[in-house]
Amino acid sequence: MSAITVSNLSKTFGKNRALDKVSLTVERGEMVALIGASGSGKSTLIRHIAGLETADSKGGRIDVLGDLCQDGGRLNPRLKRGRISVIFQQFNLVSRLSVMTNVLIGHLGRTPRWRGTLGVFNRDEKLKAHAALDRVGIPQVFAQRSSTLSGGQQQRAAIARTLVQEAEILIADEPISALDPSSARRVMDVLSSINSEDGITVVVSLHQVEYARRYCPRTIAMRDGAVVYDGPSTALSNEFLAELYGAASEELVLPDAPAGQAAPVAAMAAAAERERPRAELELA
Amino acid sequence: MTIQLHACLFKHETNFMSDATMTTNTATAKPLPKQPGSSRNGLILLAVVAALAYSWGPAEMGRWTYLFTDAGNMAEYASGFLKPNFSEWRFYLEEMIVTVQIAFWGTFLAVVFSIPLGILSAHNMAPWWVNQPVRRLMDMFRAIHEVVFAVLFVVAVGLGPFAGVMALFIHTTGTLSKLFSEAVEAIDPRPVEAIRTTGASRVQQVLFGVIPQVLPLWISLSLYRLESNIRSATVLGVIGAGGIGQVLFESIRGFYYPQASAMLIIVIITVSLMDLLSQQLRKLVI
Repeated sequence: MSAITVSNLSKTFGKNRALDKVSLTVERGEMVALIGASGSGKSTLIRHIAGLETADSKGGRIDVLGDLCQDGGRLNPRLKRGRISVIFQQFNLVSRLSVMTNVLIGHLGRTPRWRGTLGVFNRDEKLKAHAALDRVGIPQVFAQRSSTLSGGQQQRAAIARTLVQEAEILIADEPISALDPSSARRVMDVLSSINSEDGITVVVSLHQVEYARRYCPRTIAMRDGAVVYDGPSTALSNEFLAELYGAASEELVLPDAPAGQAAPVAAMAAAAERERPRAELELA
Repeated sequence: MTIQLHACLFKHETNFMSDATMTTNTATAKPLPKQPGSSRNGLILLAVVAALAYSWGPAEMGRWTYLFTDAGNMAEYASGFLKPNFSEWRFYLEEMIVTVQIAFWGTFLAVVFSIPLGILSAHNMAPWWVNQPVRRLMDMFRAIHEVVFAVLFVVAVGLGPFAGVMALFIHTTGTLSKLFSEAVEAIDPRPVEAIRTTGASRVQQVLFGVIPQVLPLWISLSLYRLESNIRSATVLGVIGAGGIGQVLFESIRGFYYPQASAMLIIVIITVSLMDLLSQQLRKLVI
């Protein structure tokens, strides 16, 4: 039984073909990158798999863990949500609630309805939430309002929410494109450990192919709503990307720093390093 | 004469300008793409002006001159209010408190009922076959004035404050649920989507995703309605719904202007105090 099976999925917004007969299968335990320039249909595909959007009528079907998710533009009315957890580009935390409450929301699908509705969470559930925050590296912020966190911390809180959800599949829609490089790396490390340690299937859409090469064995590349490549990430050389995307490939690749310019920067950094202790001494 | 001259000048100027644009047009040979909506804005402005002109006669706006020619009458009437008589201030204060109590209960009941009704009449929360009927019902509640409801309730529950409470409750429910639903329609849907993916129920999505987003605005709107209900409750006194309004209108009708003046001052102070209080409350909760 595959984790995700998308067959012949098409979606049209007005005249714009956002998804064009997309078919793909993701097996359990895989970590798959979904790359493509902006507007290539990555987010739309992810929103369909998450059951947040329905395809065109006669627009194909999606199965998740052997259960029908949607078929021919109709969501399965008996769809049990919560088996897929989703991470969003804009984190989508409830900004006025505390980080703890935001993480506890991950339990809502599984706690008894009345208890979840009244917001009564037991000790066990709270411990799990703390453990999740610990794991993503922000245990100290649980009592803060989530709007007070930095972008990277918010995304990690959102990951904690999905950890608590204990879903078998995690899909992430450009989780790092709103983050600075070091936060981005930390978030990708957490996603990668969720995949390797917990055996959770991870599908992550990315804007930059470097991260796909580094973290995901398999990459699916999209262009204009269609899958144009599906295979090992190592085969995605910059030349091959240029072939796939033409001029648009530039936005997928971080420019490699020219060797000639790297040296002075390194020298300056070293100089700054030497400078620092002296400055501290003067201050003292 | 001068007007004609101006027209001449203007005409000349426009000629000159169109010449200039023509030359630049031929130079670049590419007309600018027309900004969409510029003609629409003009039409809207025209419609507003037409509506105002159409309403001028029926609203008897032509009588504005009387404001100046007959201002003496007003001054004479107002002079009766210049010497407020506070000799019975304890009684006025008691009645004022009754008015505030009427407003408080009316607003409280309205807020309680507006929460579900506001959510049900928001188009992003309920399907049209729910939100349209709820909205029409709320329109009805809102369209009928408190005073009309008060008369209705006086018949049912008798003269006194309870009729006032019910009247305020119904009318305020109509207003608040519309305002509440507008706040709900303006929320960021993305956190709600995130909660939906966890497997939360519809009610849970609203409780955890919607309410936290709209709560500050809802509280602010409710406090504002409480203030305006204190004013409305004063008017409700006229038709016998208790409180300071009843005493106020009785004294105006009996030409006891100094007493009426004292009561008005008490009303003004109360409303100002409410304003200050609600400002503090707002700061506390937001």
